[in-house]
Amino acid sequence: MSLIHKSAAELGALVAGGEVSAVEVAQAHLDRIAAVDPQVNAFLHVDVETTLGQARAVDARRAAGEDLGPLAGVPIAHKDVFTTVDMPTTAGSKILEGYRPPYDATVTRRLREAGLVILGKTNLDEFAMGSSTENSAYGPTRNPWDLNRVPGGSSGGSSAAVAAYEAPLSTGTDTGGSIRQPAAVTGIVGMKPTYGGSSRYGLIAFASSLDTPGPFARNVMDAALLHEAFSGHDAMDSTSIDAPVPSVVEAARNGDVAGLRIGVVKEFGGDGYQAGVLARFHETVELLESLGAKVVEVSCPSFTTALPAYYLIAPSEASSNLARFDAMRYGLRVGDDGTRSAEEVMALTRAAGFGPEVKRRIILGTYALSSGYYDAYYGQAQKVRTLIARDFEAAFHQVDVLVSPTTPTTAFPIGERADDPMAMYLADLCTIPTNLAGNAAISVPCGLADEDGLPVGLQVMAPVLGDDRCYRVAAAVERALEGRWGGGLLSKAPAL
Amino acid sequence: MSTETLMPYDEALERFEPVLGLETHVELGTASKMFCGCPTTFGAPPNTHVCPVCLALPGALPTANAAAIESTIRIGLALNCSIAEWCRFARKNYFYPDMPKNYQISQYDEPLCSDGYLDVEVDGKTVRIEIERVHLEEDTGKSTHVGGATGRIHGADYSIVDYNRAGIPLVEIVTKPIPGTDRLAPEIARAYGTELREVMRGLGVSDVRMEEGSMRFDVNVSLMPRGSSEWGTRTETKNVNSLRSVERSVRGEIERQAAILAGGGRIFQETRHFHENTGTTTSGRSKEEAQDYRYFPEPDLVPIAPDTAWVASLKAALPELPSARRKRLQQEWGVSDLDMAAMHNADAIGLVEATVAAGAPPADARKWWMGELARRANEAGVPLSELLITPDQIARVCAMVAGGALNDKLARQVLEGVLNGEGSPDEVVAARGLQIVNDEGELTAIIDQVLADNAAAADKVRSGKIAAVGALVGGVMKASRGKADAGRARELLLEKLGVSE
Repeated sequence: MSLIHKSAAELGALVAGGEVSAVEVAQAHLDRIAAVDPQVNAFLHVDVETTLGQARAVDARRAAGEDLGPLAGVPIAHKDVFTTVDMPTTAGSKILEGYRPPYDATVTRRLREAGLVILGKTNLDEFAMGSSTENSAYGPTRNPWDLNRVPGGSSGGSSAAVAAYEAPLSTGTDTGGSIRQPAAVTGIVGMKPTYGGSSRYGLIAFASSLDTPGPFARNVMDAALLHEAFSGHDAMDSTSIDAPVPSVVEAARNGDVAGLRIGVVKEFGGDGYQAGVLARFHETVELLESLGAKVVEVSCPSFTTALPAYYLIAPSEASSNLARFDAMRYGLRVGDDGTRSAEEVMALTRAAGFGPEVKRRIILGTYALSSGYYDAYYGQAQKVRTLIARDFEAAFHQVDVLVSPTTPTTAFPIGERADDPMAMYLADLCTIPTNLAGNAAISVPCGLADEDGLPVGLQVMAPVLGDDRCYRVAAAVERALEGRWGGGLLSKAPAL
Repeated sequence: MSTETLMPYDEALERFEPVLGLETHVELGTASKMFCGCPTTFGAPPNTHVCPVCLALPGALPTANAAAIESTIRIGLALNCSIAEWCRFARKNYFYPDMPKNYQISQYDEPLCSDGYLDVEVDGKTVRIEIERVHLEEDTGKSTHVGGATGRIHGADYSIVDYNRAGIPLVEIVTKPIPGTDRLAPEIARAYGTELREVMRGLGVSDVRMEEGSMRFDVNVSLMPRGSSEWGTRTETKNVNSLRSVERSVRGEIERQAAILAGGGRIFQETRHFHENTGTTTSGRSKEEAQDYRYFPEPDLVPIAPDTAWVASLKAALPELPSARRKRLQQEWGVSDLDMAAMHNADAIGLVEATVAAGAPPADARKWWMGELARRANEAGVPLSELLITPDQIARVCAMVAGGALNDKLARQVLEGVLNGEGSPDEVVAARGLQIVNDEGELTAIIDQVLADNAAAADKVRSGKIAAVGALVGGVMKASRGKADAGRARELLLEKLGVSE
């Protein structure tokens, strides 16, 4: 098996045992990127020399006898919203084209320290606003399962890179489902940790109260190893939780669901859900039952109001977070010809630098926060948010985890929803409640839909700081299904 | 600048009654900024105290400065406020180049401290100023508009921004409307500013250097016709940067508004700019085109939830507040209300206290600071505290006078020398040769010379007109260049002339 098909854990062990060098591992992935990324367009930035330089440094650290973690020498691709001192960071926007940050995000810094080697920065919907990566200012990313389909979004570059064996691991951010949905539609594992469990410092903000960094991997253990490597309290992020990281690696190893109480969310299913998605979902629930879990149906009535609440809260915060892109200190500057005022330059720059979806959300958010509308929109949405948190709380009195399909449908064709924002927003129907309540959820592959042969994801939701439960259930599902399939789901994907 | 018609103050007050409101911004003296670790020291080269957070680089996040929160709570307690058990920061959204995030982290409907008061004394009366709220926010950067006539952004050729100030913790203290001040409105406004500044100093939370902008006032004024109970439309004069200007801006705004109202005009709710040089205000932006700040709770920061027991301990540990301290010192020093008020107005209480602490009798300490030194400060146009002399040095001069080594006249010369930078009082005495002449031989020689030169006066004394000895004493003092002990010279003169009193 070639290096690119190995798991992150295997690569880490090979490097640690001196069987391969970090440079060799990096080179194998850089070769793969060179071969397939012209079709996939997962990466916005690849810099061979910088990557190999990092790999050489890891080899040198190992040679010097430094005790490196399990992922030292393993390559990783970062969603291009995490700042990196040695690579540009654009958030998928023209307004930050060529921008080089002077500091590392906490996530990128911690992973650098753990010896992971950065392959490059991955494509995304501009400022993480979207569910298909079509909103990138740098062209859409394609789904390795079917190059005419979307890889999900907003972290679609990161999901596609891992699904296309360009990287064994990648980072993403999940504001309304931007890790779980792309993971589901590309047949990989994607985890949204508990809000505050992973630091947002250096993550270019979309919606501060929702944004959550998380891992992508091709298997549950790799995701857990990455999760553990960048998580934990960060004094640079006020909303970071000062508590031990849930024992996710242990849970991924354990994978025992005997006696676990699993609740099926009643509100997620029925109209608007693809038959093949529901079929795989129900089979997986039966599988879990056969493994000893106790399955019950649980009603969370407020979940149906999550989508509209989200589309008030997230744009409201975004309208303020994106105000800093004003041409004054960094990034694009338009119209500064010596005759125009600062205000005019700001306006021209923002008009030229932001794409249509970003503008739509800034306008939506600005409106929702306006004097006279605040209570009816933003205020009301916050109340809904409280109701959703209460529904979760009540549910977790009855069960240990909740499950649902990760997305109502499999990957949709590029262009199909590009002109229909509402249809696009529905892709996050099942994932949004978790963001609003701040708890943890994972998406794990559970098969292919009969009608299109595309991947389906199972979403497992756990209480705040119950991240380990997500991994436990996901590991159980992965173990049982891979036994049936004779390998990972990706082994069924067409070769690129 | 337009010249506006003003109504003389007395006439304005005959016809109208003012209502005041004051908003005060105080930069806290914390070591680091409000939401990042950058230093707060004044006067560094532009844009050197900056980092990803206070420059609002993509991805940077604020973390709240615990010392600033503590200082704000102490200010609230000193102003008799209630302290919120739970409150949040809020974002105030507006675009301006000196505000890196294009929103200011402030507090909106959940201030940290609310509903307090501060008592101030004016004309021997105590006036209670109600405090609406005290909240914590961050300062903006500083814009300099180059070119153009006004120094403001409109009409400037270009503007430059220094972000060193961006993110310095700023406490905003807002009074409730202050009615009933009547003709004392300007004085009350100033007394409030003075008292507030002393509270800040007493707490040690800010250096309150108004000339560096670490304390600045927005002054709200409205007028209503006498007999009316319906408040008029107010204007807000921004960034009034000295206590004197607080007083002048209130007076000037009363005179301006009165002229407009008396002429049948109406006052527009607007912000106005105060001009130090003329004491007048000019119109700024109108509130009618005011921005919608779209306040919402700051999602990047966790709420502030000060522990009740901790707040109680802060309250118990508050230092003696200025008004209590003044009462205590007045008793200790045994001075009149009038003298105490004069010292307070001259900002001399702390100096006198320190001089007394250095060993001087209170009466002497007060005499020098409020007399000779006040005169010198006035001549130089600087506050007393900026004179180049220390309370310890004053105390030393007092001791020399008490010990007979100096008289008052010589002491004044010593002070002059110290103020000129000639060294310590002892060094000045030595260098200028200012010791009182106690040497009887030297004094006798001077007296003999004076008697020889003033034979007529000497005869008058001999013939019984003892009062004439004054001229001879004057001669001795002149001849000794003030160093003679005048009392002893008089005794010796009378002795020599064979006259006794």
